[in-house]
Amino acid sequence: MFEKTKEISVLKEVARNVRIDLLRALHHAKSGHTGGSLSSVEILVTLYFSELRHDPTHPRWEDRDRFILSKGHGVPALYSVLANAGYFPREDLMTLRKPGSRLQGHPEYDLDIGIEATTGSLGHGLSASNGIALAAKMDGKNIRVYALLSDGELQEGATWEAITTSAYRKLDNLCAIVDRNRFQNDGAMDKIKDIEPVADKWLAFGWEVEVLPDGHDFSSLLGAFDRARRTKGKPFVIIANTIKGKGVSIFENQGKYHGVAPTDDELEIALNELGEAA
Amino acid sequence: MSRSKVSDFVLDEVTEHVYIREVYGKTLVELGSKYPDLVVLDADLTVSTKTNLFGKEFPHRFFSMGVSEQDMMATAAGFALYGKIPFASTFAVFATGRAWEHIRQSIAFPKLNVKIVSTHAGVTVGEDGATHQALEDIALMRVLPNMTVIVPADSVETEKVIKTIIEHKGPTYVRLARPKFPTIFKKSYGFEVGKAPVLREGKHVGIFALGIMVYESLQAAKILEKEGISASVVNVSTVKPIDVQTIVEIARLTGAVVTAEDHSIIGGLGGAVAEVLGEYCPTPMKRIGMKDRFGTSGDGMKLLEYFGLKAKNIVQAVHELLEFNSNRKSVGL
Repeated sequence: MFEKTKEISVLKEVARNVRIDLLRALHHAKSGHTGGSLSSVEILVTLYFSELRHDPTHPRWEDRDRFILSKGHGVPALYSVLANAGYFPREDLMTLRKPGSRLQGHPEYDLDIGIEATTGSLGHGLSASNGIALAAKMDGKNIRVYALLSDGELQEGATWEAITTSAYRKLDNLCAIVDRNRFQNDGAMDKIKDIEPVADKWLAFGWEVEVLPDGHDFSSLLGAFDRARRTKGKPFVIIANTIKGKGVSIFENQGKYHGVAPTDDELEIALNELGEAA
Repeated sequence: MSRSKVSDFVLDEVTEHVYIREVYGKTLVELGSKYPDLVVLDADLTVSTKTNLFGKEFPHRFFSMGVSEQDMMATAAGFALYGKIPFASTFAVFATGRAWEHIRQSIAFPKLNVKIVSTHAGVTVGEDGATHQALEDIALMRVLPNMTVIVPADSVETEKVIKTIIEHKGPTYVRLARPKFPTIFKKSYGFEVGKAPVLREGKHVGIFALGIMVYESLQAAKILEKEGISASVVNVSTVKPIDVQTIVEIARLTGAVVTAEDHSIIGGLGGAVAEVLGEYCPTPMKRIGMKDRFGTSGDGMKLLEYFGLKAKNIVQAVHELLEFNSNRKSVGL
């Protein structure tokens, strides 16, 4: 059951369970985004099991922090984290991508299961986060807003409209995280439309920037979120260098698993590597 | 001579012309005190859309987002997610065209309470030319599930529409225009979402109109009346959800239908009425509007004449339609 912690061994165990659950759900659905779900796991586990003020038993609590998954295609990881935190039963994960399921292929606004916004089309989530952050400031509420972006999403022009707004509006109640796994649908980003220097761009746009060499390292993530919370006068971005497909050797840094679910054999290999009997 | 019955909320004579976008701005100011959750966003056209009037009174609830329509729409979605009542304004061509996908994904699909009020729709934009004349915005918004689409016909209706939609939960698109519109309604006119008021009741032809074309249609009905043709004129200010019942009733009564809009006849009011009649009451019809083409620079109101969007063009369409119907009858159809 849900309990917030900074205990790294506990967070690691949660991450292992989250990976197992999301891979089983993707395998059962026979489609979905494996690579970009696995790369986000530690970021999401740190948020939901340590950083966010939230209560899975009261998902509509007015003063909760908000999390927006701007990279909506990574939602299997978010569903798995929400289920493991107690927002809904873990068994429901097997309804992923089925007609009528609340766990649609991309997230649909549904507060009762902890989904704060409809996303999936890239370049929307940071603007929506800005709107929430502006509204919270207007009301003098001590609410923080977190947005997880993909690195591919930084190729969307609209993302930079939003980045400009957050900085101009001095949204220090906003923290963006870039899941920098270096792959997009068609392959390696530096072979398609390189976005480097990423950190310099955010800096130039007026953000406080922290680059994490290892976006899967819990102590680095905890430290970065702590600094984000204490930063005043500007928004904070964590550029988390991650590994696409992290945690399963056959998926790691393999561009082709961007939008493909594990086969029977691949699931067996994955579960074995994660120390779980298939 | 056959006379039509004129509704008692239509003025006998037009005595004033008013900028309906100015009415929008003033109404926002009026609502500002009553609704503390009202916030207004604009994309660098605050003076033209008249949202600047709200900005002067309520600077902390006014967000000038710069030239960033997509960012504006998704930010408005964020305000709505939090529980605010955002109104987002810019020119119709940018609001609905540039930001369409943001509206689809982040506003319409999750049914968020965002009010998109665009100005400078249609050819009446004038001298700025075709790039700035939205002729597709009704079609673009109408096709989105959950979206309510409203086009006020004058200043009185504009005020009522804005005061109504702030209480109406859900995504809403309101289409306003640039020039002064003749005031056609008495203050007693009542607006209701989804109701198309019959402004004149006549039995020979039904004219369905919206926006500035409601005035032109009333003028056309007066001309027709002198010729012994009694016309019904219906203000279809709510294009969606469309008032199927009224449209079918008038079509059954008249057996001849003309639509009139400052918008493309494809996907706009003409398309919407044709969809209703095709399904429920097939009726010969003519569509007055922009006929699959872009606009041009020129004086806004004179462009109505240039593109055949005046009362006389409606009259001509009615003649052609009635002749078509009588030819059909003569061969036993």
